[in-house]
Amino acid sequence: MSEEMRRDARIYLLGEEVAQYNGAYKVSRGMLDEFGPRRVIDMPISESGFAGMAIGSAMMGLRPIVEFMSWSFSLVAADPILNNAPKMLYMSGGQFGCPIVFRGNDGAGGQLGSTHSWCVEGLYSNVPGLKIAIPSNPYDAKGLMKTAIRDDDPVFFLESERLLSIKGEVPEEEYTIPFGKAAIRREGTDCTIVSWGRPVHFAMEAAETLAKEGISCEVIDGRTIRPMDWTTIFASVRKTNACVVVDQSWSFASPGSEVAAQVSEHCFDDLDHPVLRVHSDDVPAPYAQNLEQEMLPNPRKIIAAVKKVTYRA
Amino acid sequence: MPTKTVFTAEIQYLSILNEHGKFDAKLGKDVIPDKDLLVLYEHMVRCRYLDEVAFKLQRSGRMGTYPQNMGQEATSLGAAYALNKDDWLVPCYRENCGLFYRGLPMEYILLHWMGDERGNAIPRELYCTPLAIPIGTQMLHATGLAWASKYRGEKRIACTFFGDGATSEGDFHEAANFAANLDIPVIFFCQNNFWAISVPGKIQCSAPTVAQRGLAYGMDCFQCDGNDIFAVVKTVRDAAKYARAKSRPVFIEAVTYRLGDHTTADDARRYRDQAEVDMWKQRDPILRVRQLLKERKLWNDSKEAALKEKVEKEVHAAVERAEGIAAPSRNDFFDHMYAELPEDLRLQRDTMQTHSLGEVLEESGVRSQESGG
Repeated sequence: MSEEMRRDARIYLLGEEVAQYNGAYKVSRGMLDEFGPRRVIDMPISESGFAGMAIGSAMMGLRPIVEFMSWSFSLVAADPILNNAPKMLYMSGGQFGCPIVFRGNDGAGGQLGSTHSWCVEGLYSNVPGLKIAIPSNPYDAKGLMKTAIRDDDPVFFLESERLLSIKGEVPEEEYTIPFGKAAIRREGTDCTIVSWGRPVHFAMEAAETLAKEGISCEVIDGRTIRPMDWTTIFASVRKTNACVVVDQSWSFASPGSEVAAQVSEHCFDDLDHPVLRVHSDDVPAPYAQNLEQEMLPNPRKIIAAVKKVTYRA
Repeated sequence: MPTKTVFTAEIQYLSILNEHGKFDAKLGKDVIPDKDLLVLYEHMVRCRYLDEVAFKLQRSGRMGTYPQNMGQEATSLGAAYALNKDDWLVPCYRENCGLFYRGLPMEYILLHWMGDERGNAIPRELYCTPLAIPIGTQMLHATGLAWASKYRGEKRIACTFFGDGATSEGDFHEAANFAANLDIPVIFFCQNNFWAISVPGKIQCSAPTVAQRGLAYGMDCFQCDGNDIFAVVKTVRDAAKYARAKSRPVFIEAVTYRLGDHTTADDARRYRDQAEVDMWKQRDPILRVRQLLKERKLWNDSKEAALKEKVEKEVHAAVERAEGIAAPSRNDFFDHMYAELPEDLRLQRDTMQTHSLGEVLEESGVRSQESGG
């Protein structure tokens, strides 16, 4: 964000505690010092308010980055982020775009309880007019964030509290990662595992275990949900002839179901087994640590699904 | 320690040309020169006639739901006149007169209510945002627009319009809170027409004025006779001067009345007393200006007849232009979904399949047909 803000004076950051406190999760550390209170702005506890205000300023040509302390809190801003931002360009006949990045932590964060553990991609990916990026590692976080900020449409950038502490190589130099371009995290021949965001790590863990049992998995990290990189996914399934989708949202009408549907439609003759999905169980995120792990997609569930589609169960 | 008063406030109500046509020469001095008053009068008459025609278009199936402006012409018009040409007008949906004064051709409004998004493609140089049909959302947008002006070091302010009912929405309270706390030059212009569709003002706000809602957020608040174009112009002009100079928000409550139904989908006779409507008809913003113009020897019946003929011609020409615009095609609705159309939406458009990705272009033959034809 700071690199982009140095490059483009139209960009500013607003949200709860983003300035003085350096962000509730210290994501904006040092930004107030560098850019001052004009461009890094603390907001009252009023998500609908500052989301709506960001829309107005974007219509005037600014490029706001709106931090939701948690995407769970974006639910009270549903009207501006779903009913205004993704439709403004359409409803104004092309006159007013909304180049806004809405960002924050998404998904179960580690015993935050059910009201603070929303996987909003399950809800929001249904809405056209917006884009959704969901990085799984620090390298992607930088490259996708730069693309998100430069994008002329509203982008929902879903971070994960659980991934904030992971380490990875991030080059100092400039790079961007295009939207709709998946990464193959692990090559394999027996089964394609499609995932994005935090569950990619569960998929990698499962693939590691399965490799020891002689099952070779190809793990695809979608990186963005809207747009989705169908080309990479279909090509992989045509090679492995089996597919498991791992998605941390609830299963009903989720991005994971969309992948299952598209793969079934486009790779029907290539599949040796119907596509299986691994989701969070249909209960609110539990507070208890053991139950939270149990509710989320986890390596155990993924391994079971892969064994089923590869007839190794 | 005895108790002490820590806050007192009062709300000033301004009236210059009252409902009986009496003009306060002192307060009204230099508010609107006669030549401009003639222009404003013409705008109100034209807007009123458009209302009549639009109502008939809806009843005869040539237009969708339409909200008549009747009775409220002076509010948005007075504001548009008092503001700079490049200050933002951020309307809800009953501000035709102000939008037309700003320069929006009538066919845009007609096209919009005929159900065509292109009616909302308001030219950027007019500094008007699209009509906002959900109640209250535009107040936050206005606050953001004015915030962006301040950010860029411009002197542009924003004026957003809404009704008494919208002040019950959280959006109003959040926008007011931001504007006041962040020193944003935005005018909150409430058109208190006493009815939120069928819900009377008393249920929206039990305080004696809507204006005092702004006091709670620490902004200056004023009330004026919204059917008095002079009072509206003076109030908005003073508010704009203050907002621009001090970079502060202002709340204005213009007391007016919706003489027509909420929209053509409503029948106000079911919930309003005819006596109340009749009383407000006497307070019509157009009547009192006509009377004043006549008193000043600027107007007479033959001028009135000529004006009627002129606006009829203009309105019917606008209807013709709006109806002459070909309906949008299915392909068009993908045009403004994204700055650049993503691949999956492009496939939906090109294959006419919305239920899924559809076929790839080569397989469905769409691409070869297109290149062949």
